[in-house]
Amino acid sequence: MSELAETVMLGAAGLVILMALVVFYRVATGPTTQDRLIGVNVIGTSTVIVIVFIAAGLGRPEYIDIALVYALLNFLLSLAIARFTYHEGRVE
Amino acid sequence: MTVQTAVVIGLTVAAVFFTFVGAVGLLRLPDIYTRAHAAAKADTLGAGFAVAAAAVHFGVQYVVVKVLLLLVFIYITNPTASHAISRAAYLQDAPVWSRAEDGSGELISPRADEHRAETGVQSADGGETEP
Repeated sequence: MSELAETVMLGAAGLVILMALVVFYRVATGPTTQDRLIGVNVIGTSTVIVIVFIAAGLGRPEYIDIALVYALLNFLLSLAIARFTYHEGRVE
Repeated sequence: MTVQTAVVIGLTVAAVFFTFVGAVGLLRLPDIYTRAHAAAKADTLGAGFAVAAAAVHFGVQYVVVKVLLLLVFIYITNPTASHAISRAAYLQDAPVWSRAEDGSGELISPRADEHRAETGVQSADGGETEP
């Protein structure tokens, strides 16, 4: 495959990592639990994007499996914590 | 530069752009609901373009099936997670940003109308005065 496209995708992976680090500000400051949860969700999706870019940029198709598993685990995490806070919040 | 390379680079740039939009929205918007909105839309689009770039880059291989499966999962799970988080926030009375009388923003309860209806107080704060 083309050298240029692979370089661009690896560079894009680096940029996405930088943006995930910026999003960590929202996870750290809140103010609500759900704000932090949204931030964690965005960081998880960014991780999936990074894995996909690395898989394509390094020409390693087997890395896509890791991205698949990571996407589904990330979804489970968000859903479970959202349900947890909701039941906790209903006890009034 | 072949057509394939150009398409891959274009899709990659679009993915980075939408991830950037999501990060900016998450940091700059005023309440949890708008943040969830920005993050979900931008992130789904960013992941979609990234996965599309990888699919075009790999060309005709069996791994493209897995890549498209990843796209389907992201498109199903990302909105679902955002919906669940926003719903949890609403049920917990997370404050919603609203335009105040003087034009500045303020954070109020999302169920302010419900509380008003329950207590029978008709907009004592003057928030509902229709012309």
